[in-house]
Amino acid sequence: MPTTATYPEPVLRPIEVTTSKEGADEFAARTDDVKLSTDRVSILYGEKIAVRDVSLTIQERSIMALIGPSGSGKSTLLRCFNRMNDLIPGASVRGAVTLDGENVMETDVSVVELRRRVGMVFQRPNPFPMSIFENVAYGPRRRGQNDRRKLDELVETSLRRAALWDEVKDDLRRKSGLALSGGQQQRLCIARVLATDPEVILMDEPASALDPVSTLRIEELLRELREAYTIVIVTHNMQQAARVSDVTAFFTMAEDRAGYLVEVGPTGRIFTRPNERLTEDYISGRFG
Amino acid sequence: MAQMTTANRLTGLRARPGLLERIDVPRRVVFLAAVSMIAIVALLMAFIAWQGIQLFVKDGVSVGEIFSPTWNPLANAGPEFGLLPFIAATVCVTAVALLISTPLSVGLALFLSEVAPNWAKAVVQPSLEIFVGIPSVVWGWLGITVLVPFLADTFSGPIVISLPIAGPVFSMPGFLTGFSWMAGSLVLSIMVLPTITSVSYDAFRAVPQELRTGSLALGTTRWQMIRHLLLPSALSGVLTAVVLGMTRAAGEALAVQMVIGNSPTMPAAITQPLTTLTSQITLDMGNTVFGEPWQDALWTMSLVLLIISITSVVLVRLINKRRLAS
Amino acid sequence: MTATSGSFGRPMAPKPSLRRKSSRGSILADRAATVVLWGTGVLVLLILGSIILHFALAAWGVVSPSFILSDPSETTLGGILPVLWNSIYMLVLTMLIAVPVGVLGGIYMSEYASENAVTSAIRFAEEAISSVPSIVVGLFGLILFVDDAHWGFTALAGALALTFFNLPLMTRLSEQALRAVPQEERSASLALGATKWQTIRHVVVPLAIPGLITGVILTAGRVFGEAAVLLFTSGIGTPPHYNFTNFDLLNPASPWSPFRPATTLSVYIYKLNSEGLGAFKNQIVDGSAAVLISMVLLFNLGARGIGRILTRRLTAS
Repeated sequence: MPTTATYPEPVLRPIEVTTSKEGADEFAARTDDVKLSTDRVSILYGEKIAVRDVSLTIQERSIMALIGPSGSGKSTLLRCFNRMNDLIPGASVRGAVTLDGENVMETDVSVVELRRRVGMVFQRPNPFPMSIFENVAYGPRRRGQNDRRKLDELVETSLRRAALWDEVKDDLRRKSGLALSGGQQQRLCIARVLATDPEVILMDEPASALDPVSTLRIEELLRELREAYTIVIVTHNMQQAARVSDVTAFFTMAEDRAGYLVEVGPTGRIFTRPNERLTEDYISGRFG
Repeated sequence: MAQMTTANRLTGLRARPGLLERIDVPRRVVFLAAVSMIAIVALLMAFIAWQGIQLFVKDGVSVGEIFSPTWNPLANAGPEFGLLPFIAATVCVTAVALLISTPLSVGLALFLSEVAPNWAKAVVQPSLEIFVGIPSVVWGWLGITVLVPFLADTFSGPIVISLPIAGPVFSMPGFLTGFSWMAGSLVLSIMVLPTITSVSYDAFRAVPQELRTGSLALGTTRWQMIRHLLLPSALSGVLTAVVLGMTRAAGEALAVQMVIGNSPTMPAAITQPLTTLTSQITLDMGNTVFGEPWQDALWTMSLVLLIISITSVVLVRLINKRRLAS
Repeated sequence: MTATSGSFGRPMAPKPSLRRKSSRGSILADRAATVVLWGTGVLVLLILGSIILHFALAAWGVVSPSFILSDPSETTLGGILPVLWNSIYMLVLTMLIAVPVGVLGGIYMSEYASENAVTSAIRFAEEAISSVPSIVVGLFGLILFVDDAHWGFTALAGALALTFFNLPLMTRLSEQALRAVPQEERSASLALGATKWQTIRHVVVPLAIPGLITGVILTAGRVFGEAAVLLFTSGIGTPPHYNFTNFDLLNPASPWSPFRPATTLSVYIYKLNSEGLGAFKNQIVDGSAAVLISMVLLFNLGARGIGRILTRRLTAS
């Protein structure tokens, strides 16, 4: 399937179900398919430093969970990958953030193009005040996709993939996105992102505003999406990180309240044999 | 207090309040102040309506006659009280003013709410407040001393639009004196700019920030976000803004009277003088005697103005009710 | 997984560059829109700047202490003393009526009103008067005070008509100022055993003073410039020479009396424009307009300055 920058394809890339997962400890050796990376990234709000010197690599088609106490800069770091920090007055980023080896922080990078390849799901579901169909078709339409048949197909595929299709297929065009329940709204937001055919999906505590059942559905969904997308998820919920992610990065706050990366590794190891005392304390609930 | 027994203290909690507290004088006073507005509106509507129907009741003019295009209150053969020229002029002058002002005002509101950095907002917003404060006689005077001469000097000849093959497709006489429909509309468009801008600005600010970030995160440009998300979401607010601007434009008297040329004719060309309802009332009320048919016709005009403004209040309410319902 | 990644379709293909290569149309449209939107802001500043410059130039050589302090004359460069006096007089008289009624009405709407038919009728009345043309409010004053009450053209009739016209604004601004007082302040006072009215009187109103004063000054600016309401209520004649030592409030010859015609500065501008014939007409109107605009600017700056100072004093210290 061609993947040129112009927006042509109504059909999403297929998800191929892999039968075997590689062992967690082999993870470190796989450096040939790095999707995202940060190199000594620091983020400042005006004079105040929010995140200090974070270097991370994220493999293609994996789920990286960013965990840590409030204020440790996880969400701030997440917003670097699609440059949403640009929208915050006074925020500045130092260091390099790369997508497929290209530094996204450079001035001639088009944030519009970047955000099409790096989608984002927010903490609070934010469906647009329009029909379910128009919510999902919003991104593709903005790229000039107006073919009715292709849009129909794309909306259906995206909603199916977001596990929402069966619940909404009967009143796609009549029902407003705002009329859905919280969990459905969040899946609609995921479908909306999927419809723009991203390679990476950033999730900022996507289930924190949802009830346990909805949370579980989102987690199942994440595991499915992992087969086709690279996912970075910020979460406060450690069970969630342990359940869904391949790799976990633990952040905490320094004395000057700047967030920094304590350690990163395969999720299984981080939760059973962390290298750092701080990580162990946090995971076992001794602070945070 | 020392004598107060336990029993007394217990019943004290449910003691009957004193007479003063039961009457609750402060509440009654502030209530009276608030309802005074109802009294004012009711009286105003009653008085204007009573005066406005005298033309029909006392002077025997039929309701149909006021829709005639001929205004000739002094004719010997029998005066004619056609109000159509004034109503049509009010509609036309207001419409052109809104055509000019709406894009500019909505653009300005978008600039302030979506584009302007803080320093630019800090300059433009106070400027708009000063705009609001400039009295209408000053706008009228600016119209007379700057705009009217400019129009008369620049576009004095006939205005013709020609196409290469089809030849002239449109022509209209030029500005003779500059006092014209166009001058009235231009002055009004500036006068209603702050109204439309501030109401649409509020409508844009009421759209949650998460929707903007949601759209930008999908890789849309800012303009796509404005065009396809913000404007549709704030549509009812923008409509309210335009209706309020319309009300203000249709009701403005002095500035329009000063530049419009005061000719009670049916609107034909934008370069020609007209007279609106407000300008004719302003002009004639002092020259007529209370109770004569001519003045009664002026009261009928003010009744028409009153109906226009009350209709717009109802319209705004309907627009907002729909917004709340959806 | 790396070995099979080709089967997913994308990884083997070259990645699209992040540089601006795609969707050029939408990005150009975005830039064009940004330029246009900035243009609207610049245009407003240009218009306002040129208006102020225009009047500064037009008033040069006209506005002087003698212009402000002498009686009108059209055959010479006459002054504006009586009409300026009337403007200030009308302003004070109007605010004396409108401020108490407006603030009290605001207190009702903010502190007492519940969602019922009366409240929504008040709101409707508020919106209705706000949208009735000022000339119609003036005509209402004409029938009610000038004709039916046989007062003739008087300052009092003008001030009452101005009150009608500005009461909704004053009420709404007061209501907003009072609503801005945090609920906790009310709860704290009520919890100490204060009655509702004591709470309003000693806690809510004092805290809302900055907002109330801003509301008063904004209303004052509108009252000061208004002319259409006054044409047929306080009159449009040329004022006589005023004897400011005549304090007899019931004597129509006294400039202090509310029972006399009172042509204000705005009305005077309108009058000169429609009836003025003298050689100095344009200069006098330019000068008057410049004085009027300066006053409006003063009201605006005053509202901001006083509001800011009072807020600082009440919150910081």
